Amino acid sequence: MDFAVMKAYLPRYWEALLLTLKIGWQGVLLALALGIACAVVVHLKIPVLRRIVGAYIALFRNTPLLVQLFFLYFALPKIGIRISAEVVGSLGLGLLGGAYMAETFRSGLENIAPIQTESAQSLGMNPVQVFGYVILPQAVTSSVPGLLANLIFLLKETSVFSTISLMDLMFTAKDLIGMYAKTIECLTLLVIFYLVMLLPVSILGSWLERRLRYAEFGN
Amino acid sequence: MPSLGIEVLFKGTNFLRLLGGLWVAVRISLISVAISIVLGIAVGMLMTAKRKLLKAVFRIYLEIVRIMPQMVLLFVVYFGTTRVFGWNLNAETAAILVFSFWGTTEMGDLVRGALQSIPAIQHESAQALGMNPLQVYVSVILPQTVRRIIPLSINLITRMVKTTSLVVMIGIVEVLKVAQQIIEANRRVAPNAAFGVFAVVFLLYFLICWPISRLAGYLEKRWS
Amino acid sequence: MENVLLSVRHLRKAFGEHAIFEDFNLDVHKGEVVVIIGPSGCGKSTLLRCLNGLEPIQGGEILLDGEKVLRDNTSITKMRQKIGMVFQSYELFPHKTILKNILLAPMKVQKRPRAEVEAEALKLLQKVGLADRKDDYPRQLSGGQKQRVAIVRALCMHPEILLLDEITAALDPEMVREVLDVVLSLARAGSTMVIVTHEMNFARAIADRILFIENGKVVEQSDNPKAFFAHPVTARARDFLKSFDYE
Repeated sequence: MDFAVMKAYLPRYWEALLLTLKIGWQGVLLALALGIACAVVVHLKIPVLRRIVGAYIALFRNTPLLVQLFFLYFALPKIGIRISAEVVGSLGLGLLGGAYMAETFRSGLENIAPIQTESAQSLGMNPVQVFGYVILPQAVTSSVPGLLANLIFLLKETSVFSTISLMDLMFTAKDLIGMYAKTIECLTLLVIFYLVMLLPVSILGSWLERRLRYAEFGN
Repeated sequence: MPSLGIEVLFKGTNFLRLLGGLWVAVRISLISVAISIVLGIAVGMLMTAKRKLLKAVFRIYLEIVRIMPQMVLLFVVYFGTTRVFGWNLNAETAAILVFSFWGTTEMGDLVRGALQSIPAIQHESAQALGMNPLQVYVSVILPQTVRRIIPLSINLITRMVKTTSLVVMIGIVEVLKVAQQIIEANRRVAPNAAFGVFAVVFLLYFLICWPISRLAGYLEKRWS
Repeated sequence: MENVLLSVRHLRKAFGEHAIFEDFNLDVHKGEVVVIIGPSGCGKSTLLRCLNGLEPIQGGEILLDGEKVLRDNTSITKMRQKIGMVFQSYELFPHKTILKNILLAPMKVQKRPRAEVEAEALKLLQKVGLADRKDDYPRQLSGGQKQRVAIVRALCMHPEILLLDEITAALDPEMVREVLDVVLSLARAGSTMVIVTHEMNFARAIADRILFIENGKVVEQSDNPKAFFAHPVTARARDFLKSFDYE
């Protein structure tokens, strides 16, 4: 293995990591917002809207991100909707993630026994207060393990960004291999950089999960 | 209204070619799922073992698979190992290797979870009836886990199908590649074909995965 | 009759085709402790849930202070503030500390100032012997302690009437006493309560009036609990009470 070459490549990988993180972060935020909104719509059984949300969740959970990105990036311009590659990346990740987050939050909401609602109602709370003070905080906490799993899943999925010519880690590795044929060095760096990106998230996740389980409220 | 290019799919054998491309990806998924289920059951049972070393090894294996994107694994195996070991690996074999490697941990984890979710008292009450460990396993524990595992392994199929779309990246001609070829070939006559063709690919994936997810969801609800 | 606080008139409650109550009537007077007993499935808990509008009713009316308990959004939250309820399974909010469990509704629903409510909460916690646990989470408490907190939480809303739904049924036997002592002291202080319970000794000690219900009907009632338990009049009540001893 040629370490000098690896060192020379470092800046390009570093840049790619930052780009991946930037798009990934935006996508995850969008996913969280979409996920909570959709879960609430489904949970409160809001008519019409709930059908639309249901269709969205089914559609995006049952198709690959790669195909979704291709559609957003190559197909939409043909009907006059042009979006930059970076936005397509965040948007695609957000739409995919939103569908997963929605399911996670929804099951979090369902896990709360109906009698908790009744107990809050008995104290004179109105539906908004019941939801805001009693149901939502518990649902969010019980969804944390699922949310972390989604987070890692989404950050991993960013590896398909290269297909819409975003210069992410995959793109950089492929590009450098194509130019200089230093396959082993490039792939080693690729693995290292994904570890750098995801290992902390994973460790933080397990730590948080353990803590939550310890602090588990449950009666 | 300008044409959206779906008509190119009705020219010649274009639609059949597209389906053929889809089958390439689905075939890789099905083979990988079959391997994953068999190996995963074994791995899952081993993961419930109490041996410290065994546990540590599986822990690391799980963690690697958990945080490495399948695409990176695909590249490492297809481009990397062929370099290091100098062997000849065709792209499809590389894909099946990677997806089975991934699927086995997923399946293993499901099996482990299902086995551990059986309360210890079930073991004890079976033992109290005078059963030996093998009898306990076969006639008490396994039947209870199977119902939990079946819906989850059906779900694994859809996840596998979605993931195998990545094989386009190591040069396998699957549905996305065929789609691009069709769009390219008709660029003059149908400049908007990208819309129609990619929309159809989108839909095709949905039509495969959705019924399978529904089935898994249905079984999960029914057997829980 | 005077000073009737809660009044149930011609209540009809059914789950689909299955009627629990056809024409149920009950008056609870201010300061009165009404204890309802009866076999499981006789509708005791359902009755309590109807009283604060957790269950829709199919006929008749429920009046508190002469005002109808209706299930529409604005009026029911007002009514429920006057009707405290304690559940068998405590139902504290697991994500909030003991103190915050108690403060939540008085502050958010009744908009009372924190200082005032907190002082009251601490005084009540002191009374039930749990002042030192105010910053703990519910999971850190035993069942009996949780149930005492649930009672304090209901009391802090200054309800006019308390509904207690089998509040000791989920407790270990050695914790039943500590909870019932709290309820006894409330009764002595003049609280109005409707209690559903399986603790016959407790019922005898606390009740101003005993209602024995079966199949949605009052089979026997008595203003003299000691007499009721010693010599029930109806055969049904006799059989029911017999099922509690092993002699």
